[in-house]
Amino acid sequence: MEKIKAALIGSGNIGTDLMYKALRSRWLRPVWMVGIDAASDGLARAREQGLSTTAEGVDGLLPHLERDGIRIAFDATSAYVHPENARKLAARGVVVIDLTPAAIGPYCVPPVNLAAHVGKGAMNVNMVSCGGQATIPIVAAVARVQPVSYAEIVATVASRSAGPGTRKNIDEFTRTTASGIEKVGGARRGKAIIILNPAEPPLIMRDTVHCITEEAPDEARIRASIEAMIAEVQKYVPGYTLKNGPVFDGKRVSTYLEVAGLGDYLPKYAGNLDIMTAAALRTAELIAEEMGAGAFTPATRAS
Amino acid sequence: MNLTGTKITLHDMCLRDGMHPKQHQISLAQMVAVASALDAAGVPLIEVTHGDGLGGASVNYGFPAHSDEEYLRAVIPKLKRARVSALLLPGIGTVEHLKLAYECGVATVRVATHCTEADVSEQHIAGSRQLGLDTVGFLMMAHMVTPEELARQGKLMESYGANCIYCTDSAGYMLPEDVTARVSALRSSLRPDTEIGFHGHHNMAMGIANSLAAIEAGARRIDGSAAGLGAGAGNTPLEVFNAVAHRMGIQTGVDVFKLMDVAEDLVVPMMDHPIRIDRDALILGYAGVYSSFLLFAKRAGAKYGVPSADILVELGRLKTVGGQEDMIEDLAINMARARARA
Repeated sequence: MEKIKAALIGSGNIGTDLMYKALRSRWLRPVWMVGIDAASDGLARAREQGLSTTAEGVDGLLPHLERDGIRIAFDATSAYVHPENARKLAARGVVVIDLTPAAIGPYCVPPVNLAAHVGKGAMNVNMVSCGGQATIPIVAAVARVQPVSYAEIVATVASRSAGPGTRKNIDEFTRTTASGIEKVGGARRGKAIIILNPAEPPLIMRDTVHCITEEAPDEARIRASIEAMIAEVQKYVPGYTLKNGPVFDGKRVSTYLEVAGLGDYLPKYAGNLDIMTAAALRTAELIAEEMGAGAFTPATRAS
Repeated sequence: MNLTGTKITLHDMCLRDGMHPKQHQISLAQMVAVASALDAAGVPLIEVTHGDGLGGASVNYGFPAHSDEEYLRAVIPKLKRARVSALLLPGIGTVEHLKLAYECGVATVRVATHCTEADVSEQHIAGSRQLGLDTVGFLMMAHMVTPEELARQGKLMESYGANCIYCTDSAGYMLPEDVTARVSALRSSLRPDTEIGFHGHHNMAMGIANSLAAIEAGARRIDGSAAGLGAGAGNTPLEVFNAVAHRMGIQTGVDVFKLMDVAEDLVVPMMDHPIRIDRDALILGYAGVYSSFLLFAKRAGAKYGVPSADILVELGRLKTVGGQEDMIEDLAINMARARARA
């Protein structure tokens, strides 16, 4: 099967890491990278890998979409820029995988709800947030055993792994992650906290997931469900590790995780980037597979 | 040290930082009684929120007896002169929380980040300024960076719209010379009309001395807490500092005897345990650990059979920052496991 061609919008940490992963894909071929700074390291690396580049933002890409046969674009810019990018790309029939917390489209957390996206033809799919990708699977693992009235996550990332986009978007991170905990994780109410830690050497991404179950937790079934879920995530993020827990304390179920990356672009401590880019790629590959089989029918939006 | 005639603003913390030793369980009636008495004593600015700021209600930091909104709506209408501030930590609270605090009548918003992460505060500082609020940039754990770096971070917050920048000694680690160096660096690099503040913790008994050093170096807002009620060994005891200030001719506008009465008659009886420099609190100061970790380390230590002092030392060695309370149980489990193997 011919690979589906893709563009990467955003030449920062996420876009660049995603490029390296996409270059290994069986289903996708990244052909363009879009930035706004001609001197950015990401654009230089993209050229090195044979991608076409523009520093003119998404407008620099639009004239090339059709000629270069681009059908999928990853947006790794910011929540502020994404809506406009998404509008322009959707108007030209390009499916957008949104890695910003803008959350226009439905959320996708692959081990939880990737299958639910099959056949839906969504033109915009949102990846929630790095903290969401790392923690929502655990919330879902508890919620599939018994009702969760409240789930709260704490994502701690190395300062070096949080680029300017993340920093400007910190409220969007907490809002979008909390909403993903509810909509995809299945908790009745969600809360998200993010902490940046500047320690050197940088700490590996840490995630804590606290769930409050409605009734006393079924410890054996929850433990088994969490272990099975972790194995699912490890299929695409091998460095996703249970450090401690689940700790049961009354109705509180706490799980302590660490996420090490593959070190494609930033070093391995930046598991927050890896889990986001790996999840986005897995989502895009599913859509590419549908496209390759002629089975992707864009959903028509009610206007 | 001659500070005669220097005018400063005292900012009371016992209803916010004091929420930590109270495990966020201060009642509405206690809030109103203490705030009204502080107001009557002439304290111009009083902080009221969850100990971890707006939106701090959580498993991670503790669920409070009442919401931020309930506390603010109970306290603010009762005050005659004093104004109320709210703390906000980006990553925990959001601009929506800030707007809610504004609607409740808060006059000051203090946006707090770790001392190297000022650039996460842009949305919140700009948002607070747009609402016309007195807007403070609050650089926590300031002992962890050089004075020059602290000044760079302060300038970022100033550029977002903060009209006052704090050197915050969250761990109670600093000695007076550390405060002098940091406040001086802020004073020489910020605009002359940008105020500078100092927030102390008393873990090394340096709250008063550090606050004086801060004033000498140019700080004009000083945080303290009636009876010291605050995280760790508490904040700079405000009634003590006010008495010292009066003896030195520093103008606070706060009545020495009335403030003593608030501390003695209202705040001390509220304490669940004496706020003093016990071994764990001293370790916070000595090892440079975030003061709010104290009770979490004591609880985790008791649950997993690991000395809380050892947990705190390890938290310092790992260079944890404010907000990482979730590390404490995780770490205690690891330490208990290592001990079982040994």
